[in-house]
Amino acid sequence: MSRTDIMGRLEILADAAKYDASCASSGTVKRSSKGGKGIGSTEGMGICHAYAPDGRCISLLKILLTNHCVFDCHYCINRKSSNTRRARFTPQEVVDLTLSFYRRNYIEGLFLSSGIVKSSSHTMEQLIEVSRILREEHDFRGYIHLKTIPEADPELVARAGLYADRVSINVELPTVAGLTRLAPDKSAPQIEGAMGTLKTAIVEAKDARKRFRNAPRFAPAGQSTQMIVGADAATDSDIVGRASALYGQFGLRRVYYSAFSPIPDASAVLPLKRPPLMREHRLYQSDWLMRFYGYAPHEVQQAAGADGMLPLDMDPKLAWALQFRADFPVDVNRAPRERLLRVPGLGVRAVNAILAARRQRRLRLDDVGKLTVSLGKVRPFIVAEDWRPVLLTDRADLQSMIAPRRSEQLELFAS
Amino acid sequence: MTARQTLRRPTLHRASLPAADDFEIWRDIARRLIRADMPPECVVWESPADQRADLFASRDAFLPEPPVSAQQPRATRAFLQLAQSAVLHIDPERFSLLYRLLWRLQSNHRLMDDKADEDVRRVEDLARQVRRDIHKMRAFVRFRVVEEPEGERYVAWFEPEHHILRANAAFFVRRFTSMHWSILTPRGSIHWDGEALHEGPPAARTDARSGDPVEALWGKYYSSIFNPARLKVGAMLKEMPRKYWKNMPEAALIPELIAGAQAREARMVDAGAQDFGDRPKSLVEVGDAIVACRRCAIGCNGTSAVMGEGPTDPVLMIVGEQPGDQEELQGRPFVGPAGQVLHAHLSGAGIAAGRAYVTNAVKHFKFVPQGKRRLHQTPTAGEIDTCRWWIESERALLRPRIVLALGASAARSLLGKTVSVQSERGKPRTLDDGSELWIATHPSYLLRLEGDSRVLEERKFINDLRSVAMRLSQLS
Ligand code: SF4
Repeated sequence: MSRTDIMGRLEILADAAKYDASCASSGTVKRSSKGGKGIGSTEGMGICHAYAPDGRCISLLKILLTNHCVFDCHYCINRKSSNTRRARFTPQEVVDLTLSFYRRNYIEGLFLSSGIVKSSSHTMEQLIEVSRILREEHDFRGYIHLKTIPEADPELVARAGLYADRVSINVELPTVAGLTRLAPDKSAPQIEGAMGTLKTAIVEAKDARKRFRNAPRFAPAGQSTQMIVGADAATDSDIVGRASALYGQFGLRRVYYSAFSPIPDASAVLPLKRPPLMREHRLYQSDWLMRFYGYAPHEVQQAAGADGMLPLDMDPKLAWALQFRADFPVDVNRAPRERLLRVPGLGVRAVNAILAARRQRRLRLDDVGKLTVSLGKVRPFIVAEDWRPVLLTDRADLQSMIAPRRSEQLELFAS
Repeated sequence: MTARQTLRRPTLHRASLPAADDFEIWRDIARRLIRADMPPECVVWESPADQRADLFASRDAFLPEPPVSAQQPRATRAFLQLAQSAVLHIDPERFSLLYRLLWRLQSNHRLMDDKADEDVRRVEDLARQVRRDIHKMRAFVRFRVVEEPEGERYVAWFEPEHHILRANAAFFVRRFTSMHWSILTPRGSIHWDGEALHEGPPAARTDARSGDPVEALWGKYYSSIFNPARLKVGAMLKEMPRKYWKNMPEAALIPELIAGAQAREARMVDAGAQDFGDRPKSLVEVGDAIVACRRCAIGCNGTSAVMGEGPTDPVLMIVGEQPGDQEELQGRPFVGPAGQVLHAHLSGAGIAAGRAYVTNAVKHFKFVPQGKRRLHQTPTAGEIDTCRWWIESERALLRPRIVLALGASAARSLLGKTVSVQSERGKPRTLDDGSELWIATHPSYLLRLEGDSRVLEERKFINDLRSVAMRLSQLS
């Protein structure tokens, strides 16, 4: 195959993969290429090798094996009835591309997904074949993420985990009604069944390794999923509820949100008004609150308005605090960790620093200012040695006083 | 710590480090100084890379010899971890800053916990910047392949901000053990031959050859994986500041990608996405809107749209495929030959046609002219999906309990996917609003059959209608 031919197909098959939000390459076991015949390493934390002008990280070669598809999901550019250009790679071509990118240090590994050709099981076999060649024939020790096909034979879905660091199955839409309407070829029970299969395999493999050191590893970076936001009528509250149920039921590592984005040759069933990107951001923030700040799902839902939507002009933590003003102010010199984590503007790092510093001495407002980036936001909600916010939390205009400018909000939870 | 300050200017001791990034040697010297009880203000630190000569220090004393009885200095693990990173920073003050912190640590063992302390914060800052530089080097080094007599060598040119090259080499060894590679920087170079690491002198950018053919593929990937509908240049710049761009081949594409993003998004949207706006609030609005609708090619063929008709609170909604020749002329659904077949069988099954709302999946008539005749043509899946907006609007306004879809096109319109009428007929499916969908053949299909097969199909059709009639009687 000539390089220009590969180039043309790469353009089509990467373009088709751009709607998948995840490019993560972290959370797997440590590996290095020492003592091996091939290349590759993973060190727990993934590396973003580049950033695209859409602000997203590029850490993996994220492509589709093919964008031909026998399914007809309306939100999907690759659906059968779409007029998009079609292309396919052979497993060997994907392998070659991955290795030549990896050797030049462009990527951490491969994120492979595919449209469904012939049958779900056939497609799944092809995906597995790519990872088998990489691992077995080239001793590739970099990161592999396989998007599995829920309709495929469960045995195949389970085999994927023997080669991949991470496996994912997209739930696609937050509600069953949305799924039936927009992805008529998919079914929620089938998706959840496949997630369940993976969960069992992951748990069993972990168990086995505790007893036999040589037991094979299975998807050590766990499983993740993605939900499209704004393509159906589901509210933020619905989405948060669904995500937390998925975390609980299937032990997911991550739920990714992808704001529905206008796609070429879209189906008219879609709203076609792109939801504000801020909505997606708010959902990630709420996810963060549940995973790192100890908020229960219903508490995040309390931060939403009567319409079930999280406010767009402030982050959910601040929204929650404004709903529950009676819980504030929090004394930075006395309050337990959980309470401090509830203070708008105090991140996990700032809270840790406060806890460490106050073992030394009592903290003044000025000290807190040195440990956080947004003292203005924090001030109304805390008590310090020399500071007490007199009835500030009751002032009706509090929200407008501290509601940060947009640019600041984006950075609030930035890691 | 100020106890031994005197009024005289203290004697300055010069601590010279052989390399800019050698933590072990810094630690040895610092240990010795602490044991000699040497306060920070009496030590001047220097290393070759800092190119800094302190005039006062030049004549000063050598390092003091600590008394044998002196206690070993103490340092917490937190301090050691930070110091190992911070020592790689280019700030010439780093050695003295670290020494001051170590000195203070001797009398205050918990100093590192005080994150508001100026020295602690400063060192943490240095360490953070170094860690970031290390991370960015791992991310942004770009190898280019060079053919050498012994085989391929992968060569990269990189400009780290801090003295991280040697500290970071092990990472590249772990990752690319079986490759031969070199990383060249303005402050030195490292080379790996598959077995051992060699250090080399500083290099120039021109030492790394350009023109790796895979770069073009990588650039293509970079441009394609980016979604122009979500431009966020600030977020990109935060993680990939411009100073790194010059050594990353893909970065040359960024200005063009940003400039073209709007046009590309507009093309994406135009290429099919059509904004239907808000749902119509009444059947009259639907009727007006479809008259003006040109969202698919059928609407552009000069025919008039045909609206559904019937009661506004129907239990049953009957959906056909599209208006035919007669329907288009009269502006009413199911008035042609197929409509007559339908009505005959409806009354045969005991369904009062007047109680049902009758409409079509596609609102305009698709045909090819043949002489004076207009020959019916089946709408494409895309056309059905586009027109689905209108039938869904009608359903939302009328909320029928039962929907009867006649033919494959109608079924697709309601289900969003193509199903086989023969295997789906005779049993209800639940639609998203809880109503029941029944599927049967389109009466025009019966018209095309002859003889036995027509008799057979008509019987099936009647059976389907009877089932619906039964459900209707249960519901009312
Ligand atoms: S057939 Fe439907 S979608 Fe096409 S122009 Fe007519 S009303 Fe619009």
